[in-house]
Amino acid sequence: MTDLLIHLVLIICMPPLMLGIIGKTKAAFAGRVGAPYLQPYFDLFKLLRKGSVFSSTTTWIFRAGPIITLAATITAALLIPLGNHPSPISFAGDMILFAYLFGLARFFTMAAALDTGSSFEGMGAAREATFSCLVEPTLFFALIVLCRISGSLSLSTMLTHSLVNIWFSAGASLVLLVAGLFIILLAENCRIPFDDPNTHLELTMIHEVMVLDHSGPAFGYILYGAAMKLFILGAFFIHIALPFKTGDHLLDWGIFIISMVALAITIGIVESIMARLRLVRIPQLLVAASILTAFSMLLILR
Amino acid sequence: MVFLGMLADPAGQVLAGTLLFAVAGVPGLFTRRSASWGGHVAALLSVLGAVTGLAGAVTILHGGINETFVIAWTLPFDSCEIGIDPLSALFLLPVFLIPACSTFYAKGYWPAAANPDSAPKLAFFLGLFTAAMALVVMARNSVLFLMAWEVMALAAYFLLTAENHKKEVRRAGMVYLVATHIGTLALFVMFILLRSQAGSYLFSAMRAVDASSPLSTVIFIAALIGFGMKAGLMPLHIWLPAAHANAPSHISAIMSGVMLKMGIYGIIRVLSFFPHPPLWWGMVVLASGVIAGLLGVIFAIGQQDLKRLLAYSSIENIGIITIGIGIAVIGKTTGSPALLVLGMAGALLHVLNHSLFKSLLFLGAGSVLHAANTRKLELLGGLASRMPLTAMLSLLGMVALCGLPPLNGFVSEYLLYAGFFSSILTGSGSAVLYMALSAVVLALIGGLAIACFVRVYGIAFGSLPRSAEAANAHEAGWEMLAPMGLLALLCIAIGLFPKIAVDLIMPAISSGYLPQQGKDAAAILFPPLGWLTVVSFILLAFAALLLSFFLRGLRRSPAAASDTWGCGYLNPTPRIQYTASSFAEILVKLFGGALRPRYRQPAVTGFFPKPAGFTSRYRETLLDLVIFPFFSIVQERFSQLRKLQHGKLPLYILYIFITLLLLLLWSP
Repeated sequence: MTDLLIHLVLIICMPPLMLGIIGKTKAAFAGRVGAPYLQPYFDLFKLLRKGSVFSSTTTWIFRAGPIITLAATITAALLIPLGNHPSPISFAGDMILFAYLFGLARFFTMAAALDTGSSFEGMGAAREATFSCLVEPTLFFALIVLCRISGSLSLSTMLTHSLVNIWFSAGASLVLLVAGLFIILLAENCRIPFDDPNTHLELTMIHEVMVLDHSGPAFGYILYGAAMKLFILGAFFIHIALPFKTGDHLLDWGIFIISMVALAITIGIVESIMARLRLVRIPQLLVAASILTAFSMLLILR
Repeated sequence: MVFLGMLADPAGQVLAGTLLFAVAGVPGLFTRRSASWGGHVAALLSVLGAVTGLAGAVTILHGGINETFVIAWTLPFDSCEIGIDPLSALFLLPVFLIPACSTFYAKGYWPAAANPDSAPKLAFFLGLFTAAMALVVMARNSVLFLMAWEVMALAAYFLLTAENHKKEVRRAGMVYLVATHIGTLALFVMFILLRSQAGSYLFSAMRAVDASSPLSTVIFIAALIGFGMKAGLMPLHIWLPAAHANAPSHISAIMSGVMLKMGIYGIIRVLSFFPHPPLWWGMVVLASGVIAGLLGVIFAIGQQDLKRLLAYSSIENIGIITIGIGIAVIGKTTGSPALLVLGMAGALLHVLNHSLFKSLLFLGAGSVLHAANTRKLELLGGLASRMPLTAMLSLLGMVALCGLPPLNGFVSEYLLYAGFFSSILTGSGSAVLYMALSAVVLALIGGLAIACFVRVYGIAFGSLPRSAEAANAHEAGWEMLAPMGLLALLCIAIGLFPKIAVDLIMPAISSGYLPQQGKDAAAILFPPLGWLTVVSFILLAFAALLLSFFLRGLRRSPAAASDTWGCGYLNPTPRIQYTASSFAEILVKLFGGALRPRYRQPAVTGFFPKPAGFTSRYRETLLDLVIFPFFSIVQERFSQLRKLQHGKLPLYILYIFITLLLLLLWSP
């Protein structure tokens, strides 16, 4: 019961903190003080209290987009295990639902973007559609590897299964897997080198440009949903990359939170020391990630 | 009286439904052609036929009943057997449902008053087409099957060439006619060989054909070609896009939703004749499904014609169904009941699902065509505010088609993934690798489908109209909306309560494919579908919660209206919107090898370049680059043979007589 409670509290409260830590890390690299850690929370509360402006060309789907996207993301958050504990909802085959819930979220974000009739948003949607197609194989290669290693069809067992031994026996496979997953973690969450969450008006943008016309609470939903997606996929990644478990409940939660903070710092470092890729390079990197994970699968299945 | 007696028995109900469809269009032929009551009678009889037929089919499916009738005939091809088992009953569901929806829809879409020449003809052939398809799934005699198959194929030809004053319609019809007959030819070969193996024309004698003989290999390949041609498996799909695009939309809905499934039915039925298929059969079926699925969706992304796009997406979905059959056959060979049940359940449920959402989308496309007078995506836009109900229903169809929860498309894809993953979990050897790669391709297909249909919704229904016709579009009438609403409701129902739907189709798997293993083994292995219902409702609850917060916020501080932000540009026009082609451009370039897009792009030179234009066009790669050139060479080389075809009827009868004579002389 306490585990369930901790799970829900972390899912609801921690995602914006990840953004705060990334921002602070980047500020440290740039020699600035940076915004407070809690700045993303302040932004969210401000947006939720503000009024909205809707473009007169839009219809109901523009308003429904952020709602359905956030609802799908929260539902996916109930399927992912955190720390060393199974998720609130887990059943055989839940990883498929997990993957497809993000598909649902994406469908409505893009449909809302196209509804505005703006070229910028159309461009963003086209890019999102293309790149997320290329991410799909990587995710499924990873799921296949995890399914085979853990001998289970449920995310909870797949991810909380003791991976430390596997790192010793099949380390090569897991290294490839982690590399591939880190690439799609950055790509799916629109971080550098794929996308820059801080610029709003560049033609090379993907996610930010799709939500250009949203305002007020709807925009708050979008930002919160994006933070939660980073948190969920981050947790997925952490389970494989840092599979340290003690068996003690509270200690495991502590390890999990520290790992997530470390992940946020890592993302911040990557963002500070890398430049954004040219748009034509992005598909190449995503295909490379697929191939890495495909190799990982070959090593496991042989 | 006899008719009423028939109605007591489920199989009798199915036969009565079939008869009602067969005669539905007949009264309309004898009325004044512009009179509308012919259409009313047809719609009434079709709905009656559908209700009777569906009642019977559901009873048979639910109860796992197996009934056979023998009809007296004098043809020398063994007895004329008609039978209904749960597998037939499952395919009868779309056969009865979709044409009834279409006939109803036609009252608004293709009224006799506006189309006096074609409306009675369409109603007649539509009924005949439906009855023929019902007979195809009920025939238990090879020759009867082929007869029904031909009536179906020819009725479809007359339906799709309704607008035969247009050149492209005639061309599409001709390509269809040639393709379907090549397919039928393969079926003749297949049934003759099956007869030689089993010693009878009856399906009941073909229960245990030995799959290891070389003749069986030929049977398998002929079945794949013959039925694959009808189902539209790549690369046998050449007739499909043009035929679906040029037929009236309610006909396209039946062709895509039901007729393609007849090919699938044929493949499943013929494979059930072989108790021990070799492993490579399963692999070939799986591979052809993967190829059709992937190429289908890639071609769909490039299309600029709404109905052509839907046609290519039908190829994709046929591919997904075939993937399921492939998994099932591999499961059968490797002795894994889990694989068999999951693959077959996924395939059969997807047959049902695809017939629901694709018919819904074709009817929606018909409403768009009716309202905006064009199928070109580049000329549409802004329809969501002009025809909100059509837009909403079409959106539901698209979400279902993309396989997204909580709608029905997700359930069948989920079953297929469950099959793949259960093989990955326990299997060994090359089959596992094969399954793993197919699972990944299925995921890629899903991603591409999302890209494809977001584009359709965003460009056609979202944004601002790109032409005057789209700007003047109007909402469709209730006769057109009601069938769409029914189909959408069914999509939602199956998506929210998958357990009920899967329980309903289970007898179809057991009857055709699980003779030895009981249903219990399958039940244990089955993935927990109840959880899908739970998660779907959680999703809906979250959405409702967020919506209420959102609406409360709007009430507190009312929203302001403004233009779409143009980055400081103050005078935007609809022409500067993102287009369908630009949306697809990156993906089209990635898959340029298969799509072969053609760009006409003048070089820009000098300091003051002249006004110039840019066009991009996507062809039917196979048809335009291979088939047509091949046929024109054939035409050149064999032009001498055309002298035999001179249009003189007596001489044609003479040919038949001479052939018969020779055959009689030759036979021992």
